[in-house]
Amino acid sequence: MPAGAERRRGPAALRGAATAVGALVAAPVLTVCAAVLAPEGGETWRHLASTVLPDYVASTAWLCLAVGMGTTVVGTGTAWLVTMHEFPGRRAFEWALVMPLAFPAYVLAYAYTDLLQFSGPVQGWLRAAGWERPLPDVRSLGGAAAMFVAVLYPYVYLLARSAFLEHASGTTEVARSLGLGPWPAFLRVSLPLARPAVAAGAGLALMETLADYGTVAYFGVQTFTTGIYRAWFSLGDRVASAQLATALLGAVLLLLALERLGRGRARFHDATGRRRPGSPGRLRGWRAAGAAAACGLPLAVGFAVPAAVLLRLALAHAGTLPPGRFLRLAGNSFSLAAVTALLAVALSLLLAYAARASRSRWAAALNRVAGLGYATPGSVIAVGVLVPVTRLDAWLAGAIEGATGARPGLVLTGGIAALVYAYLVRFLAVSLHAVEAALARITPRMDDAARSLGAGPGETLRRVHAPLLRRGLLTAALLVFVDVMKELPATLVMRPFDFDTLATTVFALASDERLGEAAGAALAIVAAGLVPLVIVSRQIARERRPAGAAQGAPALGAVEVP
Amino acid sequence: MSPPRLLAAALATLAALFLASPAPGRAAEQVLHLYSARHYPSDEALFARFTALTGIRVSRIEGKEDELLERIKSEGARGPADVFLTVDAARLGQAEALGLFAPLRSRLLEERIPAHLRQPTWAAFSTRARVIVLRKGLDPALARDYEDLARPALKGKVCVRSGSHPYNLSLGSALIAHLGEARTEEWARGLVANLARAPKGGDTDQIRAVAAGECQVALANSYYVARLMRSDKAEDREVMARVTVVWPNQGNRGVHLNVSGGGILRSAPHPEAALRFLEFLASDEAQAHFADGNNEWPVVRTAVTHNPALEALGPFRADGLDVAALSRNTAQAQKLYDRAGWR
Repeated sequence: MPAGAERRRGPAALRGAATAVGALVAAPVLTVCAAVLAPEGGETWRHLASTVLPDYVASTAWLCLAVGMGTTVVGTGTAWLVTMHEFPGRRAFEWALVMPLAFPAYVLAYAYTDLLQFSGPVQGWLRAAGWERPLPDVRSLGGAAAMFVAVLYPYVYLLARSAFLEHASGTTEVARSLGLGPWPAFLRVSLPLARPAVAAGAGLALMETLADYGTVAYFGVQTFTTGIYRAWFSLGDRVASAQLATALLGAVLLLLALERLGRGRARFHDATGRRRPGSPGRLRGWRAAGAAAACGLPLAVGFAVPAAVLLRLALAHAGTLPPGRFLRLAGNSFSLAAVTALLAVALSLLLAYAARASRSRWAAALNRVAGLGYATPGSVIAVGVLVPVTRLDAWLAGAIEGATGARPGLVLTGGIAALVYAYLVRFLAVSLHAVEAALARITPRMDDAARSLGAGPGETLRRVHAPLLRRGLLTAALLVFVDVMKELPATLVMRPFDFDTLATTVFALASDERLGEAAGAALAIVAAGLVPLVIVSRQIARERRPAGAAQGAPALGAVEVP
Repeated sequence: MSPPRLLAAALATLAALFLASPAPGRAAEQVLHLYSARHYPSDEALFARFTALTGIRVSRIEGKEDELLERIKSEGARGPADVFLTVDAARLGQAEALGLFAPLRSRLLEERIPAHLRQPTWAAFSTRARVIVLRKGLDPALARDYEDLARPALKGKVCVRSGSHPYNLSLGSALIAHLGEARTEEWARGLVANLARAPKGGDTDQIRAVAAGECQVALANSYYVARLMRSDKAEDREVMARVTVVWPNQGNRGVHLNVSGGGILRSAPHPEAALRFLEFLASDEAQAHFADGNNEWPVVRTAVTHNPALEALGPFRADGLDVAALSRNTAQAQKLYDRAGWR
């Protein structure tokens, strides 16, 4: 095919495919939002607004403020320390700092409650030692914010670290050579350049916070999501609950738009195109100790301490799950997560690339709506997925019955494909953010150069972008993988018959107040998530090494552990 | 991996999984499709026993009650599910109101299950009592009835889980039926004024808080109490050594029971198997299993149980309120809790 024809056909086909995928992923969100058009729901609104809703809004705002600031400070700070400095333990911290991501927030909540509550070991021990004043209650708004920061800061860390690595060689070194000290260089050059990445990470953390119900319900913290579920579960008004969910999504869209607006027309490409890692500044004495402590603390709070608590519980309740069953659960979780991660990255690449190629607002807007599934409380979006899937299924069944007389029943609903679709609807935002953040750092000039050398868009993608994007794609796959491992509401309601995962097992035991028995499976979610987490994280860390080594590595290098 | 290869790999894996996923209802084998919002490890043994007796395999999906209801609704006439089992009368009543259940016609169920625990389309198969747990040493006269929990004498002494939890909504529904809405709201206000701490955690957490001295009085479902009594962990038994269990309202209407039950779906592909399953749940054997395996009370009076904890808790007078009232009043109960500030 002549290059010219491909160039004309390529973008149109790309746009069409992207629009189809975007619409498919946005459909459940739109199903939820359609409730706004329903006439009923008013009475429930009035009741909630006159009683509890103002409190819910206030506590949600505080929670978001705390989580947004906490994840930004911890994530950016640790990323800055490990990319730009040299101190004892830096190499280990660089990959270990993502580990808290493997913890579901609700599991962290169980673990810290067990450890710190009035009837728990720490307070019991303090009382025995003569300390009479009770500790501040972990099951509170502040406690919930701490849980979210502890497990969600890695979003910011991962994306910010990538951004710092990209810019380490060029801009930052130039700034330093022009006489800026390390702190001013960080605040005035590196941080502003990393802004899209930091904002994307903090945005993901906030969306996950807004969608959470398990943690806040267990802590008795009442957020907007509590209101959504109260309308549905207790008042039996699912229309009002969908309307409340729509209001929440509206607020999310507004925040995202404000952040975009705040960036204005700024671009964040590194125009030098050099990808040589910078030379980290060596820290000594108390500075080195301080850096190690600053990286060690989030790791201890978000990983080591809760893992130790769970391990103690799991050992005390050993034998809850027979090994055969355990392996089956882990296998189910793992394969669902792997398939979804692959698909999510492929589709995100399609969407992000189409939006970039067409530069149209429409494509960008569609991507934002497609990403909203992530900010929607899990059960709400699960039902939003059920509606279009079962309709399609009923239509298919009707068509098959009409054509052949056979009675196939529902083919899609309750199948793995429908479940993976539900995951994509929930988690596409995660991979999309990561891929977009990576894509934003590739200059349009590189495209122009490739195109002027005769490469079509497909070839440009394959030979120029893909190698440069690899780190972003790996990060995206990793984030989705871990999220699917932890996902609960959609898995519970969309899964096939007799199909359990680690997360559904934890839920079944924990909702029966058997936290001790649930600890083993919860620990397994963390362990299974850790494997790819550490591999990918080390892979990204390895790419710091100068030249050739990583660039020329075969595609499967990602799974080689040196 | 290049993007096209990435996509191809993903699609191939998806296709493999899609083909591998179990197709519901293979023809040769007798099967029952169960949607259950009960998630007790002991239920598995119960279902295995049904299969051993009848040759009917039980295929199940366990999930949350409201989400499963939405799935049943969305799946419509072609849905694969035969039976919906759940806890809490409100959800069962909702399934009935939505027309999801088929009429339940069974001489056996009518004979064995008391009338106030049955509805036209569903039946309760086990019950749990909402009991008061006291710290040993507190004057038992202070908390004989649910109404006492709202009296000023217990100011700052009460622990309770969220008012929006079905167990508390079920209690509120019963109180509305007995006392009326205004007095129930007044009761809820009094209870909120007496709280030692904001509602949080589950029932077991409340019992532990009483044992640790964080509060003096709590509400809990009986099977959590019985589970702690039967636990092989010394720390659990120590918790129970520090508390007393009170059967509320024994001088008047009796303790509130919330129920677990189920019905046959209108769209059930295997209605005969579904009926056999429900009749099995009302058998002496299954009823004893609810008691011995999960510390619930049987609904069939003749069932012989061997559960030392339930026996130690002793006989009690149970509220004979019709389950229909429980499911009818739930939304009202939630609203008055919201007004009273019971989070």
